[in-house]
Amino acid sequence: MSTIIKDTQKMIEEVLDAYPEKAKKERAKHLAANDPTGQCSTCKVKANTKSRPGVMTVRGCAYAGAKGVVWGPVKDQITVSHGPVGCGQYSWWARRNYYNGITGVDTFGTMHITTDFQEKDIVYGGDKGLDAALHELKELFPLAKGIGILSECPVGLIGDDIEAVSKRVAKEFRIPIVPVRCEGFRGVSQSLGHHIANDTIRDYVLGKGTLEETTPYDVALIGDYNIGGDAWASRKMLEEMGLRVIAQWTGDASVNELGIATRAKLNLIHCYRSMNYICRHMEEEYGIPWTEFNFFGPTKIYESIRKIASHFDDTIKEKAEKMIEKYKPVMDAVVEHYKPRLQGKKVMLYVGGLRPRHTVGAYEDLGMEIIASGYEFGHNDDYNRTYPVMKEGAVIMDDATLYELEEFTRRMKPDMVGSGIKEKYSYHKMGVPFRQMHSWDYSGPYHGFDGFPVFARDMDMTVNSPTWNLIRRKR
Amino acid sequence: MTLKVKDHNELFLEEDYQKQFIAKKEFEDPWPSEKVKEIAEWTKTSDYQEKNFARKNIKINPAKACQPLGAIFCSSGFDGTMPFVQGAQGCVAYFRSHLNRHFKEPLAAISTSMTEDAAVFGGLNNMLEGLENAYTLYSPKMLAVCTTCMAEVIGDDLNAYIRTAKEKGLIPKDLPVPFAHTPSFVGSYINGYDNMMKGILSSITAGKKGEPNGKINIIMGFDTYTGDYHEIKRLLSVMGVDFTLLSDASAIFDSPNTGQYKLYPGGTPLEDARDSINAAATVALQQYSTLKTMEYIQKEWSQKALVLPPIGVKNTDFFFEQMSRLTGKPVPQEIEDERGRAVDAMVDSHPYVHGKRFALVGDPDQLLGLVSLLMEMGGIPVHIVCSMGDKKFEEEMQALLAESPFGSEAKVYSGKDMWHLRSLMFTDPVDLLIGNSYAKFLWRDTGTPLIRVGFPLFDRHHLHRYPIIGYQGVLNLVTSIVNTVLDEMDRKTMNTTSFDVIR
Repeated sequence: MSTIIKDTQKMIEEVLDAYPEKAKKERAKHLAANDPTGQCSTCKVKANTKSRPGVMTVRGCAYAGAKGVVWGPVKDQITVSHGPVGCGQYSWWARRNYYNGITGVDTFGTMHITTDFQEKDIVYGGDKGLDAALHELKELFPLAKGIGILSECPVGLIGDDIEAVSKRVAKEFRIPIVPVRCEGFRGVSQSLGHHIANDTIRDYVLGKGTLEETTPYDVALIGDYNIGGDAWASRKMLEEMGLRVIAQWTGDASVNELGIATRAKLNLIHCYRSMNYICRHMEEEYGIPWTEFNFFGPTKIYESIRKIASHFDDTIKEKAEKMIEKYKPVMDAVVEHYKPRLQGKKVMLYVGGLRPRHTVGAYEDLGMEIIASGYEFGHNDDYNRTYPVMKEGAVIMDDATLYELEEFTRRMKPDMVGSGIKEKYSYHKMGVPFRQMHSWDYSGPYHGFDGFPVFARDMDMTVNSPTWNLIRRKR
Repeated sequence: MTLKVKDHNELFLEEDYQKQFIAKKEFEDPWPSEKVKEIAEWTKTSDYQEKNFARKNIKINPAKACQPLGAIFCSSGFDGTMPFVQGAQGCVAYFRSHLNRHFKEPLAAISTSMTEDAAVFGGLNNMLEGLENAYTLYSPKMLAVCTTCMAEVIGDDLNAYIRTAKEKGLIPKDLPVPFAHTPSFVGSYINGYDNMMKGILSSITAGKKGEPNGKINIIMGFDTYTGDYHEIKRLLSVMGVDFTLLSDASAIFDSPNTGQYKLYPGGTPLEDARDSINAAATVALQQYSTLKTMEYIQKEWSQKALVLPPIGVKNTDFFFEQMSRLTGKPVPQEIEDERGRAVDAMVDSHPYVHGKRFALVGDPDQLLGLVSLLMEMGGIPVHIVCSMGDKKFEEEMQALLAESPFGSEAKVYSGKDMWHLRSLMFTDPVDLLIGNSYAKFLWRDTGTPLIRVGFPLFDRHHLHRYPIIGYQGVLNLVTSIVNTVLDEMDRKTMNTTSFDVIR
């Protein structure tokens, strides 16, 4: 074992010392010094297990994964937050899954629709109210292409049968009514919510859409939620290289697109964590191959374009090369402009989904170095994809707590941190440059050739803002 | 040299993308555009309104959120206090991010991360380990416990759990661990605030009844304007009143940047909170978020408990009259001068507000204050929507409206939401809208200018730093109301001869 790894391990041990014995033992399994070669047996983290009570996990719940991530962005279906009023309120238009349409008429993405459970619903059950609610919605929003019922905690605890209600009402309305059992206490994080949502797509809408004809170049763009327009930037590239994107999941998605993805020749998956389940299903049931790709930063973009093109004939491969040729000067200009300002800056990441590994290349394109990275709700397969892209001795964190993030920051002194809204303002107080890497801090897109200049600009303004120097630091 | 970078604001207006959006429709199985247009127009009609108001089982864009959010907000205003939530962990992630987004400030809060096994066996083990971990790791002076709906549905016994944790020595016996049951399916965050405040006060003042300290306790209620906290402290100091602010949220939600992150940047000192039982009186600045607390203080502490909400001129006048009577201290000239300035501003600006018709949506206490202020300026409240309002609120608002000829057009909608308000604003349009950031969808749909007041305020920065209480609050509110009118006037007249510079 190298000294670099040993040093990091020692630091992790010191950080862990503050925990009570039981929590310490548990947390130790989730923090590691990275070994990109995979030879060091103690350099792997344990993942996807329960958070310890009281340590201040950053994680959310299954509802957040199912409603907030997967189903919420589907624009022409009504998403009902079924249960008390809070969950829908707190997740209301928080993820910026951009879409085209007339809200409240043919699309419903920026609306907060809830059955607003009262005590009587807990005591007598909420099924009757749900049935009536669905009818009221149908009357007010006749153009809705479907209705999703996203369960909050009490629904599962009081034993409601939302599946029965859905079945009955779907027959009557002749549109999909999708019961999603994503109660917040299920599983250990958002992750199970993704899985449950994938399963309901499979069971209620997959294979049911209309598509008049297919071509040899049909692909589905999976696991892109169009945050700040990401999916649009990606779609533009895929179309330019000659592919036909028949479905976009689920940013700016329509129910129809969820239905017709089974007609694709290849599924392209960006956020592996949240949507690998449905890709595997389509592979098994429909024989559709799938491939992971990464549209953050030119290095990974070129690599991914070629990887995607390799699944098709020469016309696509040629167009792909042509496209790279066309955009390379633009990318080079961006790197040339920003790299001198960012070269050598150290970055700590603590995010979710695909970002802890997928954005590494984009930072490196700008000359920055990732010294720590971690997932809120990753699984082993995410970490296995992460170790090789991280430097030796970097900190790998799984389900990190506020305490750990603060301690690692103090010891490792990153030049910037990329994490979420709950972390953002404590870093501002510490005077550490910070960027929200869930919502792109209300910027974006960050995907693709059109996204990288925005990414570079934003990292530059984060690291080099003169406001950090105004802080009169108390030592 | 700067590089021209286009982000989402400009990028997607480009021809490439506009073409992409049209082409994508091929896969969306969209409705014919005439059909969409027809339905869009129909949603603006009185026929639609009738159907919209007939719904009883679904809320669409309600302006309310659940109890534990208010409880967390309340407890974080006490010094060294860690909000501690028994229940599922996603809730706490949501509460924290919601408050982060409004204040642009950090907020620590603990969850006991209850999962399926807790649903079956109860949350005792989660609570025990949670208390031990939170205390060891974050060294709070007080852990203030509230609940998510999960813990409420399965019926966790907080009192017994906390006692067990102390008996097992997981946390010190003398660590204050007040608790409140805050079911999300009852009331809203104003009730959560109330329940937590009562929980904290009843717990930490137990056995502390002693010599009267002559102070006045102040409870702000669910007030998310940090400016209001600074303002009340300033006003009472100017007046020479000795007071204790119970839950001072300005410490945690408006802390100075010193290059250090402090988990506990201040708040009501626990010693002061303990001594609040010995105060001469308690004054609440909101009524609906302090109902149970004030009843408790009156009954159990035998203290004078007054509700004096100081939004608008008359309300602020009444506040100072009563404070003066309560403390025997005269209202100083400095405050009288502030009143004069606020009124002067209202006189100067009245031509742009007089006769303007308003729609309002928000929390009960703020709505009462805002309606009062509008009528003082000759504004006409028309649609008043309070998603968390009840019968009592409705009656109180009616009584207020009846006091002024400007109140005669108004209708009060308790328990209704912003989708109801959308219908009202189409069938009976108004000049101006007052509401939180989510009311911007109404601005977009109806073209009615929005004055942002309330909670949450996500899409404009720093508004919460400017007080809306007292005469300074009057001045701030009048400034944003009149200048919204003038901004809109500019937009509407920019291509006409009426594009004035002097107003």
